Amino acid sequence: MAEGGGQTRKSRPKKDEEQTQPEEQKASSEATSEVDDLLDEIDEVLEENAEEFVRSYVQKGGQ
Amino acid sequence: MTVPKICGIETEYGIAIREAADFNPILTSSLLINAYAKPAFKRVKWDYEEENPLRDARGFERTPMDSSAVEDESGLVNVILPNGSRYYVDHAHPEYSSPECSNARDVVTWDKAGERILEDSIEAARNIVPDGERVFIYKNNSDGKGNSYGCHENYLVDRQTPFPNLVKHVIPFFVTRQVFTGAGKVGAENGSEGVDYQISQRADFFEVEVGLETTFKRPIINTRDEPHADPDLYRRFHVIVGDANMSETSTFLKVGTTSLVLRMIEDDFIADDFTLAVPVQAMRAVSHDPGCRATIELVDGRRLTAIELQWEYFRLAKKYALDNDFDAVTGDVLDTWELTLDSLERDTMSMSRRLDWVAKLAMLEAYRARDGLAWDAPKLRMIDLQYHDVRRHKGLYYKLQNAGKMERIVSDEAIAYAVDHPPEDTRAYFRGECLRRFSPTIVAASWDALIFDTGDEPLRKVPTLEPTRGTKAHVQQLLDSSPDASTLIHNLGG
Repeated sequence: MAEGGGQTRKSRPKKDEEQTQPEEQKASSEATSEVDDLLDEIDEVLEENAEEFVRSYVQKGGQ
Repeated sequence: MTVPKICGIETEYGIAIREAADFNPILTSSLLINAYAKPAFKRVKWDYEEENPLRDARGFERTPMDSSAVEDESGLVNVILPNGSRYYVDHAHPEYSSPECSNARDVVTWDKAGERILEDSIEAARNIVPDGERVFIYKNNSDGKGNSYGCHENYLVDRQTPFPNLVKHVIPFFVTRQVFTGAGKVGAENGSEGVDYQISQRADFFEVEVGLETTFKRPIINTRDEPHADPDLYRRFHVIVGDANMSETSTFLKVGTTSLVLRMIEDDFIADDFTLAVPVQAMRAVSHDPGCRATIELVDGRRLTAIELQWEYFRLAKKYALDNDFDAVTGDVLDTWELTLDSLERDTMSMSRRLDWVAKLAMLEAYRARDGLAWDAPKLRMIDLQYHDVRRHKGLYYKLQNAGKMERIVSDEAIAYAVDHPPEDTRAYFRGECLRRFSPTIVAASWDALIFDTGDEPLRKVPTLEPTRGTKAHVQQLLDSSPDASTLIHNLGG
């Protein structure tokens, strides 16, 4: 998923800018935007206090 | 000679409570199951008579002195559901054992039904857990701190097949099938060499090649010989190396390819010798290499990648299938297997819509790129864990699926139906339908028997030793012509 690499959420291209881009670049931007949208959605559901949550997740060994 | 590959998956789910003063996983697991199961099904006991987890496929029986190998959990919650599954507490985890299925696609359906049952259990328990406490259920295999819990597959195998043949041909297959069965994990455990990300949740926990244990010194081949069927005809091959999968493709391939390999072994079809030089080490080497380029050594000196070794099994399986009549599901398994090996070979990340470990890695890499996170960031471990959350509005696997980013094998409708109905072409049909129709008169049940109390007569045991019988085709007419259990017993000739 390197296509997310150089972009931050804030620098995501606006729709009207996309229209002036060459086809290939446009597709890449759309993919980036799609990934960012998904990451935003994950941000919304990800449990808070990740460090404490992960540390306290301890299981009894099973089979 | 090959026998029908009746199969199923048993999954121990991870369980946690937030905002609880003290957390007892056994009590919480019991509470979940009690909250879910309808009263009519809760009073039917599990019949332990035929269970013997200490019988060894190599021919000896161990006296139960090792308390970690056998625990008396008979007093714990243990229900049989109308879909033919068993839902109970095992080793301080809620466990769902799917009903017996006849093919890989059905295993996906009834395994997914298990996720829905756990999700529904959280909802059902909402009003019972103390205010403010929240229950979390994860379909994974590790807490990231050296504690693992299992996802076991079971396959019906011909008793005549010598166990050493299974060991010989299955170990190289198991070591390398991780490239599509792995569920992905951040970091390493259990004394393994450090790694940022690895293919399998479970690989770090395998320490020996063959053995009876399941909770420590875990073996690649487990020798538990407890067929739950006629022991003269069958064994139940108990597979403990697999990861619990969220991806439908991963489960489909895991069960479908393993079934094919077992059939080839039963029919003595594999002339090649792929015996690995050091299987336990190879298990970790494959898992610790998400690039899928590492080679592992065979005893004959060859060095192959996991994908190359899988191609060998694939070519054999394709030829075997063409030589024999094969059904539509087996055809789909072969096509998906080929596509998967081909794609992984060209670009591993191209499988992000199909395989768990790739989907999770793609998500983690996107996060790392956006937020500039190092691999030891707690947030990445949180993503790893939450990928396996069974709640569809919270689980990150389900975020991908809902966004149309995961290929499906079965439909939501089929899964919803499987929550309350058994497969129709194994003995699970008879068990599930009897539960649904006659539960007030059933006092106990197990994989291979139902025990009825029809009134003043002695208890009547109906054995279901043959996994391929008791199908809809066999018993629907019998069930439909039996308005009550007494008539059923009478019609059965009892």
